[in-house]
Parts: sequence; C-alpha cells; structure tokens
Amino acid sequence: MQNTRKSNLTKQLRIEKIGFTIFTIFAIATVLPIIAVVIYIIYLGSPAISWEFISAMPSDGMRAGGIWPAIIGTFYLTIGTAIFSVPLGIAAAIYLSEYAAANRLTQIIRMAIINLAGIPSVVYGLFGLGLFVILLNFGTSILAASLTLSIMTLPVIISTTEEALRAVPQSFRVVSVSLGATKWQTIWRVVLPQAIPGILTGVVLGLERAAGETAPILFTGAAFFLPRLPNSPFDATMALPYHLFVISTQVPGMPIQIQYGTVMVLLAFVLIMNIIVTVIRSRARAKRQW
Amino acid sequence: MIAKRTNFFEKIITLMIQLSGFSSILFVLLILFFLLGEGSPALFDIPISELFSDRWYPIEGYYGILPLILGSLVVTLGASLVAVPFGILTAVFIAEIAPKWLQEIMKPLVELLAGLPSVVLGFLGILVVSPFLRDTFNLPTGLTALTGSLLLGGIAIPTIVSISEDALNNVPDTYRHGSLALGLTRWQTIWGVTVPAAKSGILMAVMLGVGRTIGETMTVMMVTGNAPILPTSFNALFMPIRTMTATIASEMGEVATNSPHYHVLFFIGIVLFLFTLAVNIVASNISARKIKRAERILS
Repeated sequence: MQNTRKSNLTKQLRIEKIGFTIFTIFAIATVLPIIAVVIYIIYLGSPAISWEFISAMPSDGMRAGGIWPAIIGTFYLTIGTAIFSVPLGIAAAIYLSEYAAANRLTQIIRMAIINLAGIPSVVYGLFGLGLFVILLNFGTSILAASLTLSIMTLPVIISTTEEALRAVPQSFRVVSVSLGATKWQTIWRVVLPQAIPGILTGVVLGLERAAGETAPILFTGAAFFLPRLPNSPFDATMALPYHLFVISTQVPGMPIQIQYGTVMVLLAFVLIMNIIVTVIRSRARAKRQW
Repeated sequence: MIAKRTNFFEKIITLMIQLSGFSSILFVLLILFFLLGEGSPALFDIPISELFSDRWYPIEGYYGILPLILGSLVVTLGASLVAVPFGILTAVFIAEIAPKWLQEIMKPLVELLAGLPSVVLGFLGILVVSPFLRDTFNLPTGLTALTGSLLLGGIAIPTIVSISEDALNNVPDTYRHGSLALGLTRWQTIWGVTVPAAKSGILMAVMLGVGRTIGETMTVMMVTGNAPILPTSFNALFMPIRTMTATIASEMGEVATNSPHYHVLFFIGIVLFLFTLAVNIVASNISARKIKRAERILS
C-alpha cells in the first residue's frame, strides 16, 4: 500500500517533469523567434540608419535618399487619429463606467464595441472610402485616413480606459459626492486623475496600432510617392508602414539597405511605444496608494 | 447663481458623454450601412450563381468569390493550427509554471509581437520565411498558403496568450491551494483544476485570435502569392493562394467607383464582416455563459 502510493507519486512527479519540459519548449519556441526578429532587424537595419536616411526626401524613384516624408506622414496620421479618438474614446468609457445603467441599451453598446474591435482593418478602409473619401468628399487625404483610423482605434481606447476607471475604488466617489461635489466634478477631479496611468497605457497602445496599420489608409489617404510634404489635412500623405509595403513589393530593384532601414525605424517606433507603456505601468504601480 | 451655472454645465457635459457612449452603435450601423449600400448592388450586377462560382478574373468579368473565401479559410485554419497550441501552452507556462523573473521577460516580448505592424511581419515573410520554405520543401515559389499561415500564427499568438493568461490569472488561488493540499502535483493541478476552470476564457481567446487572422490583410497580401486558385486538396497549403482581405486591398485602388468590380469588392467586405461578426458572437456568448455560471456558483 505504502509502496504503491509512493511509486504512484514518483510516477506523477515524472509526468510533471515531462509535462513542464514540453510546456517550456513550446513557450521558448514562441518567444525565441520574437527575440530573433528584433536582433535580426537591428543587426541588418542599423547600418542603414543615418541622419540623411531619416531626414532626406526619397530620390531616384525611392531607390536612394531618405524616408522623411513617410515618417512625418505617419506622425500626422497619428496626431490626427489622436485628436478624434482620444476625447471620444475617453468620454465613451466614462459613460460606460460612471453613467450607464445595467440595461439592454448598455448591452447593445458593449456588443457594438466588441464588434468594432473585430472588424477587419481592410473593411475599415472600405468604410472610410465610402463615407469620408467619396460621400463627404474629403478625397484621399490625411483627414479621411485619420478619421478612419480613429474609429478603428476607438474600441482599444474605450476598453482600456473603462478598465482603468473601474479600478478606482468606489469609496473615492462616495466621499467626493458626500462632500457636495457634483457627479462631473467627482469624475473630473477624483476619478480621472486616479485613472490616468491606465488611460495613457490604452491611448499609447491604440495609437501604436493605428500608426502601424496599412490596410485602412490604402484607399483613404496613403500616397505611393509624393515629391513634397503634405501641407494641409486635405493632402494625401506617405506613411511608414505603407512605404515599407511599397518598397518591398511594388518597386523592382529596390536596394535592400533602404528596406532594412525602414523596418528598423518602424521597429524603433514600436519599441519606444512599448517602453513608454512599461514605464507608465510600473511607475503607477509603485505610486498607487489603494 | 453659481449652483445654477454649475447645473447647466453639468447637463451639457452629461449629454456629451452620453452621446459619446452611444457613438459606437452609430459607427457599427454606419459601417454596416455603407457596406450594404455599396456591396448589395453586386447582387444585381452579377447573378448569384456566378458570384459564388470558382473563377475570379475580374478583367474578363469573372467574379466568382469562392476561391477567395476558401483561400481565407485555408490560411486561417493553418494559422490556428500554429497559434492555438503555441499560444495556449505559452499562456499556461507564463501564468502557472514560469518563475516571476521569466514572466517579466516573456510578457513584454509577447506584447512587442502584438505591436509589430503587419507589414513588418510580411517583410520578414518575403525575406526570410518564404525562401526558407521554398528550399526546404523544394517548391517553385515560397509565397504559399503555408507561409501565410505561419506568419498569421504569429499575429494570432499575442491575442491568444494575453486573453488566456488573463483567464488563468482569474482562477482563484484557493482552487490551486485546495488541489495541492489534497496531494496532487502541480502538473495535476494545472490539468485537473486550473485549466478547466479557465476553459471558457481560453476558448474565447482562441476565437478572438482566429477572428484576427481572418481579417488580417497586409501580411497575407505580401506572402501568399495572390493567386486566386480554388484550394481543393491538402496540397493547396504549398501553393499560392488569395484571401478575401488581400483581394480588396490589392484591387480597390484601381477600380472605377460604382463599377461591378467595385460593388463586388464591397460585397466581399460584407462577407468578411459577417465572418468576423459570427466569430465575435460565438466568443461573447462563451464569456456570457461564463459569467452566468460564476453567478450561480457565488449565489
């Protein structure tokens, strides 16, 4: 009896060992390629990076020169997206977390948000083409592309902001209201300041996604090549991810150097955004008093 | 007087917040409206039997979208075969097995993968993955459904890992302690207690990951070769293929507004929308069921 139990345990422990090993192998197989990709891009991309590459206009059919218009284009698109999606997304999250009753309507709103999050990016492109480019006659422009990206980014901002707002303890609100503050004063002075790190995280992640997207801007604002920088929201623009797509599939005889350099800039952008998020999170965790 | 002004201000703000709250419904309806408005004329332009036939060659007026639908399904299925095992096992490893320091390294890496623009994955696909597959399997071209599946797996993995991991972390520690106190090993606890308790969350993670792969555009457009061939056998995995998303992305720029081709591309958009809608409805039903069961246990 004692013996069988003991051997059973030994057997179980051996199974555990084998099982853990298999899980470890799978997990490493998942993570290792990510590290490899980062090293690969940095190794091949960093020699291509120079001040000229970043700050010059492309020349010789994009086969020489720099990628400045693509960088500035992505910057404009990101700012444009932020202008529309950040206030709207935060307000919608405030509604869901602070105002909405637990009823049918709220359920429908939640269904709508889940739906928006699931719609393929290229379908957003179709929608942007139909509404902003053709019907509202914005043309293929920074404005149309930014609006399209904003709607795509909304669900990310709404859900992360709502989560951040809900994490603020109920007692904060009760105390504020009991001191005579109105509901909005409570939200503006008490709830929002507490939730800022969480909101920022959501905003950065949402904008990072928007900045990296290509499909939604294909027919709404992205230009293959422009000889000059855009100077109004109604101009089309070059954009980094679309530029990478163009130079790696559409232009024959493209020097590999320029492709690697462009990927490197995109990777650097993603890394910086992720570091910002990590710093915000860990600082908030250290400072939080509840 | 001041109180009155505050009151007025409060009303305006409340109204604005309410309107913002409803905006998501408006956007979904607008998207649906535009897709239907621009896509449904395809049904009048082209007979239905032709629309669902197996030849896509718009220049000569063949608008059969069947190869595109099946192309999307093949790539999605292939991606799931990669992403589901790797994603779930990684999530369990991070949540249950890995020591704290390893967690702190692995989580940001998975997040980094989630943040990589899909064009970057497509670029690596063209430069690294497809030549490798071409040489390994001795194929005429490396731009195949398999290449697309592998890379799309990489896109679905972060979604599956992060949502499954959340589900596992939400399993109360008392469950684990109870199981360990009964003398079960950590392995038995994971299989017998933790994973079953997080089952619905993991299932939802898989659905949402699959949903992302169906809708993914740039990566598949860059690495699957873009040939609208009807996949008929297992070999299709090693041949070029064309998905619905890639078709819209590569052809919409060149069509004339309101031509039959334009309407059909929007019609494909409707089909895509319905696919992702179905996936989302299933996923949210899973989570709703989970909440109900949790309520039953607690009451």
